[in-house]
Amino acid sequence: MSKTDKDNQEYVYHPGDPLPELEGHVSRGRFERVLKSGKFAVTTELSPPDSTDREEVYKQASLFDDYVDAINATDGSGANCHMSSVVVCALLSYIGYSPIYQISCRDRNRIAIQGDLLGAAALGICNVLALTGDDVVSGDHPEAKRVFDLDSVSLLTTIKKMRDESVFLSGRTISKPPKMFAGSTINPFAPPVKSKVLQLEKKIAAGAGFIQTQYCFDLPMLREFMLEVVDRGLTERAFFLPGVGTLASARTARWIQNNVPGVYIPDEIIKRLEGADDQKKEGQLICTELMQQVKEIDGVSGVHVMAYKQEQYVAQMVKNSGVLDGRKPWSPKDNY
Amino acid sequence: MYKARLFAAKHARFYEALYNASSPIILSLLRGVNMLTRDKLDRPITWVEKKVKGFMFDCQMCGNCVLSTTGMTCPMNCPKTLRNGPCGGVRENGNCEVKPDMKCVWVEAWNGSIKMKNNTKIQEIQFAVNNDHKDTSAWIRLAKEGK
Repeated sequence: MSKTDKDNQEYVYHPGDPLPELEGHVSRGRFERVLKSGKFAVTTELSPPDSTDREEVYKQASLFDDYVDAINATDGSGANCHMSSVVVCALLSYIGYSPIYQISCRDRNRIAIQGDLLGAAALGICNVLALTGDDVVSGDHPEAKRVFDLDSVSLLTTIKKMRDESVFLSGRTISKPPKMFAGSTINPFAPPVKSKVLQLEKKIAAGAGFIQTQYCFDLPMLREFMLEVVDRGLTERAFFLPGVGTLASARTARWIQNNVPGVYIPDEIIKRLEGADDQKKEGQLICTELMQQVKEIDGVSGVHVMAYKQEQYVAQMVKNSGVLDGRKPWSPKDNY
Repeated sequence: MYKARLFAAKHARFYEALYNASSPIILSLLRGVNMLTRDKLDRPITWVEKKVKGFMFDCQMCGNCVLSTTGMTCPMNCPKTLRNGPCGGVRENGNCEVKPDMKCVWVEAWNGSIKMKNNTKIQEIQFAVNNDHKDTSAWIRLAKEGK
């Protein structure tokens, strides 16, 4: 929001306050506005710290300044324990960032999730991403009880019901509903591949307004998938942000390929990394090229950049790719 | 039983025909029994359902049966008990992320569903299970609801 916009507002603007309501928008957040105005959006991921120091959150977020429209805060990713997603998002919202609150179905039941949704909205969080969640066996507490009371489609149904009907699942009235822009994920590369578009349709019917995907390294396969998505008219009902990522080395790539379920890295990419003098730089170059190629695909509205433990390179990669066409996403500096 | 469960998905078309033919008979029979005995036979009926469906589908007695919409594969065998499709962690060979030796329940469900005559039912949104129905008979409930 520019200074003149601010002067036109009748209320005192606080960076943590959601924007004024806008016709045809479900949330009062900036992320939905960027997408609905037809601009190519860039989102990325922040790893919540193993710490109580909020400066660690702000420091990581500031790495993305001027190059990212929204920041996902992961919810116990890989079933490992970190600072909670809702709190990271609240901290980010407070200084005006546009965070995406990830909710995994693994850890909380429908009572806890609905309560958190109200709390999140009260703290100015405008975006939410419904996820199944990695299983407890893949994390650092494999002995934990898995909850999975809801699945991602039921979670989307829940968010939509609370937002649009102002009621809890029980039917009890919510006096001020959580106006959240809801999204979900899809992994176009995991079996059964043929059912993926139908599953996506189900998620969109349940309330997903935007879709972020798992890492896409296999572009021909992504193109094929998007053709079908466009064909079924799904890009008219939701915004698509394919996920791209940077690989630190051929060794890391191979490790991910063998140990992270759902991530598929073609051999050519691994070979290209192996043949490079500086594998880390090559990984970033691959990611930059992927962003450019993804942008060219019909039906794509943005890109989701995942760079775990390489967050400091995201801004440079986005800059080099030129996908923003010179547009500068909002950053906290714009308020002062 | 795992083998019987895989067999059901493989022969989903036959099971669907069997289900469509037998369920009206079973349900009206149960309605009759229920009217005569006033719930007195609920426990033995539940026991029979548990044994039959347990053998055929590895039924977990969630009491919210959706077998006919999920390619004759019980989604409650998914370690995450997902009811609307697989998670993103399915292995390249189609096996489960959590149990590497087990075929992903949703890979089975999908393969079963495309064999069925009414193969669009898998697209219906299934809201999360009503946990209050755990260990109760889905048959009796359907009979009482008159479906």
